[in-house]
Amino acid sequence: MRALLFDTTRCVGCGSCMVACRESNGLPETDAPDLTENQFTVLKTVPGNDGDVTYRRLCMHCQDPTCASVCPVGALKKTPNGPVVYEPEICLGCRYCIQACPFGVPRYEWSSLAPRVRKCTFCADRLAAGKINACAEACPTGATQAGEREELLKEARARLAAEPEKYVQKIYGEHDAGGTSVLMLSSVPFTQLGLPDNLPAEPLPLLTFRVLSKIPTLAGAGSCVLAGLWWLTNRKAEVAKAEGRAPRKGERR
Amino acid sequence: MTRVRAIFWRVVALAILSAGAYSTWVRFTQGLGASTNLSDEYPWGLWIGFDILCGVGLAAGGFAITSAVYILHLEKLRPLVRPTVLTAFLGYLLVICGLLFDLGRPWNIWRAVVWWNPRSVMFEVAWCVMLYTTVLALEFSPVLFERLRWERALKVVKIIVVPLVGLGFILSTLHQSSLGSLYLILPTKLHPLWYSPLLPVLFWISAVAAGLAMVIFESGMSARAFGRALEFHLLQGVAKVMVLFLGLFLMVRLFDLGARGVLGTAFTGSYEMAMFWVETALLAVPMVLAAFRKIRANPQALFACSVMAVGGFLVNRLNVAVTGLEASAGGRYVPSWMEVSITLSLVVVGLAAFRYAAQYLPVFHSLKSEEVKEELPTQVYAQP
Repeated sequence: MRALLFDTTRCVGCGSCMVACRESNGLPETDAPDLTENQFTVLKTVPGNDGDVTYRRLCMHCQDPTCASVCPVGALKKTPNGPVVYEPEICLGCRYCIQACPFGVPRYEWSSLAPRVRKCTFCADRLAAGKINACAEACPTGATQAGEREELLKEARARLAAEPEKYVQKIYGEHDAGGTSVLMLSSVPFTQLGLPDNLPAEPLPLLTFRVLSKIPTLAGAGSCVLAGLWWLTNRKAEVAKAEGRAPRKGERR
Repeated sequence: MTRVRAIFWRVVALAILSAGAYSTWVRFTQGLGASTNLSDEYPWGLWIGFDILCGVGLAAGGFAITSAVYILHLEKLRPLVRPTVLTAFLGYLLVICGLLFDLGRPWNIWRAVVWWNPRSVMFEVAWCVMLYTTVLALEFSPVLFERLRWERALKVVKIIVVPLVGLGFILSTLHQSSLGSLYLILPTKLHPLWYSPLLPVLFWISAVAAGLAMVIFESGMSARAFGRALEFHLLQGVAKVMVLFLGLFLMVRLFDLGARGVLGTAFTGSYEMAMFWVETALLAVPMVLAAFRKIRANPQALFACSVMAVGGFLVNRLNVAVTGLEASAGGRYVPSWMEVSITLSLVVVGLAAFRYAAQYLPVFHSLKSEEVKEELPTQVYAQP
């Protein structure tokens, strides 16, 4: 499983990742301050202890993605080697993915008549061709690194241990929302990077799947109860009829 | 006077439909961005919150009444079957219409039939709505067959009606609750006053309450509009069950808020708190009022109770779909006038369709002579 590791302490905010992303995905130039339908990654800054801290926003490529689980037709999919990819051809445009993403990442082509959901593709096409993610390749300081998820987790743990005073002692994405393929290290609390700190360690899709998995039982038991009630009330009416007495209140006339 | 009023409402309806027609043109020639106030922060707005969530819920009377008559053999409720099935059928057709406006790629709507994702609540809702609309069409078909005198078709429907109603109950229970389950996946986004693991249960209970309130509301409206209504003593019976379900809803809600330890949030003076109390009051007041026999026996008072209960239900659904998400999304979502005009147009179309169906089809009375005797209204709604 491939992954990306981003480290705020190594980022100088040069914007090479943004340029590489734009070129690799054939996106138009933009100076939008946040993710848009044509900007799959963006550098932002927050004030830190000594000077501004620059951080990246991009799709986190969850291990068990909420967006993929909510899509009624499976237009979003987690591929085995990491990327969460989108197939516009089968998408209905219900936008449940945008509503459900815990990181607020997917964007929509609101002005299009055939709108698509837009987000980072984890360079699925480059990965398939044996290359690494365009942003990681372009990064001059190693702030964004590509590699195997297990290797990157080891590397991140080593950095946290080597310079504990530099970092918040947490690898974001190791367990959050069941784990993600984009891992983050930061010198400021992760909530300042727009990453929620209250996500459960279990994947969010379990919240709905637990309910959905009860459906067969519910439908089966429900059918039996309904059939039983029908038989019971029907029998009551028949007995009343046979005995030749007037049906009681609520019984069949 | 009645004439002036009829003309007034016709002009209003025409104005709404003209605005809706213009908005429809903008929606399908310039897209969602030009016609709605939806955004990446508010991907779901009025059309999901009202047209879908409320539309489906208000149509719940259909499965509640048919099950009472065909499964529980409560024969005396039979006169309620046709008007509620008609409401439900029209309701679901309008929900599907609303969905075609809301979907970004409506021409792909059929794809859920072929491309399956059983882990998606939306997938389950899509299938249930599809199947239940078919069930409703079959349940409503005798009205048409009677009119057309298709005796054989009538017989066929009569044979399958009990299993059909049972299927309708199961499908309705599944998707009414699943509309609540849609929001289970937003634990960090939906406000704690509304996010609850019991969302599916709460959605089901409130849908039944609102569906029954609609039966009373509609009968009152029909009486006012064209002098056709249901026997009033039946509506009093429906009101009793409505009170039961309103009470059940409020009890589960209170228990749930307490168990999750967020009852304090209801007294924090926030915008969410205000909306929570509007919702709760609109559901609690008709529950208390309609619990009294004297109030139930007064047609105007009972009508007012049904209006409040329906209102409380609408506020509840919009709170889940909009209010409860505003804090996490930042800012505020207010629908554009085009969104509003399309929603209102769908309501107008629904009301008009109900009116004409009730006028030209045997909805409030059966053409079969033996049933007519039973269904002649003994006490029609008092005219205002």
